[in-house]
Amino acid sequence: MPVRKLIPGFWNVPEPLAETSRYLFNYRRIWKWSVLLTSVVALVPLIFITLVDYKMTEQAFESEFRSTTARVVANTQRAIGFFLIERRAALDFIVRDNPPEDLSDPIRLAFILDALQKSFGGGFVDLGVIGSSGEQEAYVGEFELYDKDYHEQPWFQQVVDRGVYVSDIFLGFRQVPHLVIAVKQSMSNGAFQILRASVGIGPFEDLLANLELGGLGDAFIINRGGILQTNSRYHGQVLDPLDLPIPEFSSATKLVDAVNPEGEKLLIGYRFIQDTPFILMIVKKKQDLMRSWHRTRLGLILFLVISVTLILGVILGTATYMVNNMYVADEKRLVSLHHVEYANKMASIGRMAASVAHEINNPLAIIGEKAGLIKDLFTFKKTYSADEKLIGLVDAISASVKRAGRITKRLLTFARNLEATVEEINVGEVVYEVFSFIEKQAQVREVQIKIEVSPQAATIQSDRGKLQQIFLNIVNNACAAVPNGGHINVQVFPSAGAGGVTVRISDDGCGIPKEDLNRIFEPFFSTKTGQGGTGLGLSITYSLVHEIGGQIAVSSEVGVGTTFEIQLPMTMPPRKGQNDARAAG
Amino acid sequence: MRVLLVDDEVDLASALAERLDLRGIKADWVTTAHAALDKAEAVDYDLAILDVKMPKIGGLELRQRLHERHPRMKFIFVTGYGSEMDFNKVKCQEGETCYMVKPVDIEDLLKRMKDLLGQSGGDQ
Repeated sequence: MPVRKLIPGFWNVPEPLAETSRYLFNYRRIWKWSVLLTSVVALVPLIFITLVDYKMTEQAFESEFRSTTARVVANTQRAIGFFLIERRAALDFIVRDNPPEDLSDPIRLAFILDALQKSFGGGFVDLGVIGSSGEQEAYVGEFELYDKDYHEQPWFQQVVDRGVYVSDIFLGFRQVPHLVIAVKQSMSNGAFQILRASVGIGPFEDLLANLELGGLGDAFIINRGGILQTNSRYHGQVLDPLDLPIPEFSSATKLVDAVNPEGEKLLIGYRFIQDTPFILMIVKKKQDLMRSWHRTRLGLILFLVISVTLILGVILGTATYMVNNMYVADEKRLVSLHHVEYANKMASIGRMAASVAHEINNPLAIIGEKAGLIKDLFTFKKTYSADEKLIGLVDAISASVKRAGRITKRLLTFARNLEATVEEINVGEVVYEVFSFIEKQAQVREVQIKIEVSPQAATIQSDRGKLQQIFLNIVNNACAAVPNGGHINVQVFPSAGAGGVTVRISDDGCGIPKEDLNRIFEPFFSTKTGQGGTGLGLSITYSLVHEIGGQIAVSSEVGVGTTFEIQLPMTMPPRKGQNDARAAG
Repeated sequence: MRVLLVDDEVDLASALAERLDLRGIKADWVTTAHAALDKAEAVDYDLAILDVKMPKIGGLELRQRLHERHPRMKFIFVTGYGSEMDFNKVKCQEGETCYMVKPVDIEDLLKRMKDLLGQSGGDQ
């Protein structure tokens, strides 16, 4: 499965049981901790900085919009305020400059209106003069507004009280939206005269329409009762009630957040225009204001996601690579430790065997010579030569001495062969030697051993000790696998093709399951765990075979038996060290 | 044929000498190298059977000294310390030296002796 290939070698290693190595060899734990700690150290500052940047950028964007809006509100308010003040001042000047009787003269009034229209541009529509009684004394303009009586109207009272009046915008008799500015001029006799001008809202609307407002901005004027005084783009026509709450009074420019009936968030900037009933309002949709912020935000989020993915990927990759390398190195070290241990064990067994053999050889020789002498005396002196029983006893002693001698010689050979030496070897001979070690065991269990050595099998240049260990390991395994009365067959024959010798050792034992078959040469693979098996026997056999340049193959069927085939080359490959020395030389 | 037997084990040397005597071979035995050198001055031996490991002067050195004084003398080494020798060389070397590992079969020994001496006899 492809997923399985991604799982590193150390992942399925069981937790070590020993207290001392619980943390040292727990690769999953090491991996988890290194991934966790590195991720935390790398990601926490990144996420923190990104969040701070996010907040700060958002605030910067918002304050930028707010200040821009406030600035536009203030500037527009000033322009509108100035427009009204200018017109009021003009009227004020006219009533002060002209005697009452001049103003009541329609011709003079028409002249003044003409002068006003020419010097102030748009705005003035008509002029009327109203006397103390509230009756209109004179009128010039497009509309027939003569002999009107205003004394009942509230605005008249206001002008009388305050001396000046600016009206809301209204349709009036003319059905055209306009506003009225009126100023009062008191006379020495207590009477007064009011100059009243209608001003069209065209200049306001031009001013508001020409404002450059970002996105879906809307600029308009309302009166204090919440009635629209100019057309609005989104909030109704002139004289419609505004669909937004009327802002609280403030003498300065103010910004408030609101929500329109559609549920959209709005930013409202407003300013009460001094000495008038007007409130200038600029309404912007936050959604649009923040559009550029949303683009920036998307960039920030993308940056964070890509960085986190990249960092996590690198951390995971590096941690896995390093922990796996650690695991592989540990495994290798362990295997070589076991190899060394095995070699040491073999060496000390060898040394002990040799010293035992040496020590025994001398007394053995004496027994042999003494027994030989006894027999010689019997036979040469003819004293007991006819006594078959005595001769038989002496022969038995001599035979045992010979047998013991064979054993000690074999032990000495074994010990000597632990040192690596290359010599001419008859493989068949080595096989016989090895089987002599298990001869007794095989006899007891009635295991039938058949050894066939082909006369064509050549002698090879190899290491006798290693060959002995190889065969001994496999033969021991075969012996353990076969039941009492089973069979072990050994064939030694020339290898097909490349030369060399092949040794085939087969048994009719329990066999090896297919799933275990390609793992049996792995170090520490053992089915005899807990029964004294180290799982190293075949692994060592495998490396020994490779050391002498051979090949080992196994085939097996459960219940039928197992066959090991070892191909040995004619000569041993030069060892690494020798190669290096040669290369250096 | 006169044979000199040198082995620090008295029992072994005496028994082997007696067995050789019984087979018609005149064999003297000593237990030290010094005794062997003295003995060799007195008697003209054809062959010496030497133990390799002996106190003070070992078999190999003794062979060297005997060979200097008696160049015609042949040698058979008998040792219990087989592994210190090269087993591939457990055959007669240079026509004058032989190695055997204890315990030695008397018939093998006789055969080796005959091989060594017969060879030299042929040369002369």
